Amino acid sequence: MKFSYYPGCTLKTKAKDLDRYARAACEALGVDLAELPEWQCCGAVYTMAKDEIASKLSSVRALASARDLGTDLVTLCSACHNVIKQVNNDMRTNADIALRANNYLKLDTPYTGETNVLHFLEMLRDRVGFDALKAKVTNPLTGRKIGAYYGCLLLRPSKVMAMDDAENPTIIEDFIRAIGATPVVYGMRNECCGGYVTLENKGSAKKRSSAVLESAKSKGADTVVTACPLCLYNLKKNGGTDGVDVVYFTELLAEALGVK
Amino acid sequence: MSHDKKQAQLDEILAASGVDVRKCMRCGKCTATCPAFDEMEYHPHQFVYMVEKGQIDKLAASPSIWQCLSCFACMERCPRQVEPAKLIEAVRLSVIRAKGANHLKPEEIPALLDADLPQQAITSAFRKYSK
Repeated sequence: MKFSYYPGCTLKTKAKDLDRYARAACEALGVDLAELPEWQCCGAVYTMAKDEIASKLSSVRALASARDLGTDLVTLCSACHNVIKQVNNDMRTNADIALRANNYLKLDTPYTGETNVLHFLEMLRDRVGFDALKAKVTNPLTGRKIGAYYGCLLLRPSKVMAMDDAENPTIIEDFIRAIGATPVVYGMRNECCGGYVTLENKGSAKKRSSAVLESAKSKGADTVVTACPLCLYNLKKNGGTDGVDVVYFTELLAEALGVK
Repeated sequence: MSHDKKQAQLDEILAASGVDVRKCMRCGKCTATCPAFDEMEYHPHQFVYMVEKGQIDKLAASPSIWQCLSCFACMERCPRQVEPAKLIEAVRLSVIRAKGANHLKPEEIPALLDADLPQQAITSAFRKYSK
């Protein structure tokens, strides 16, 4: 099973754990995750304006590169995933954006949204299969009570992300079951952590993050998992609820597969 | 600003956002679900009717436009697919696209850094606050 892989800038710097545990887990699962030979930062947030073209080009380059390699494109960071999937949708459905982006890039073959983009979790669910994953677990995390933190970017806008039900998701809970732990469902699991506004208004990010962690704690979670470096930062730094650990889901995956 | 210039600015905001403000039925669900509600002077549903009324100057001068988290909650949950976040983004762009009007400047960054802050936060903030 071979995929192109787009790690993104933060996974090469402050979020190395998100990346290295994913790679270790893929080796254990027999998944060939091949980093794109060249890639640029996705820009971290999708630019919603219809006349924003330049800010979408780095995503188009990554998408076209995966197409030329004949592979699906796997992303891991929630933000990269959101940006790249939304830009892919623009290239497929918005003729004006596609025309202007292609006029600029002058690719050998114009790009019109052909690449299939999968989040790492979708790759586990839809290609590896959670049952097959469960069968490869050597160190089940029995007894751990884990809250899935979806945040905003994995699920919304649901028409484009099409990963799961945006209001009642199950993909991370199913993942948690597959590695032998008990999922804890809590109200704030798909609400925002405060995001980049931590730079503009720390108080806002503190309120958002502590509301998420308090919600998880009130339902008995000992750990919260995320796929997003900025969520991890906000929950740990601005959330400040004692007794709830915040980790990348890939760390628990590697632990369960005995490759941590 | 002259009437023509104001109309041109409004047209640009409507075109860039792709939002049809007339679809809004003022149910307030966007505002009810907005995680930055407490931080805003004008709330998402007010954004929609202020744009409809052409009150761009008031919006552009309000600190509210820097508080949107781009979490897509108002877009996802709007029963009429009005998608207020796209309007907030278009108004913010109309401000920072003017020369010298960046809300976040590179020289301000060092004071905002801490050892754990992910690059993603800085990149996102630049995308939202600067051109």
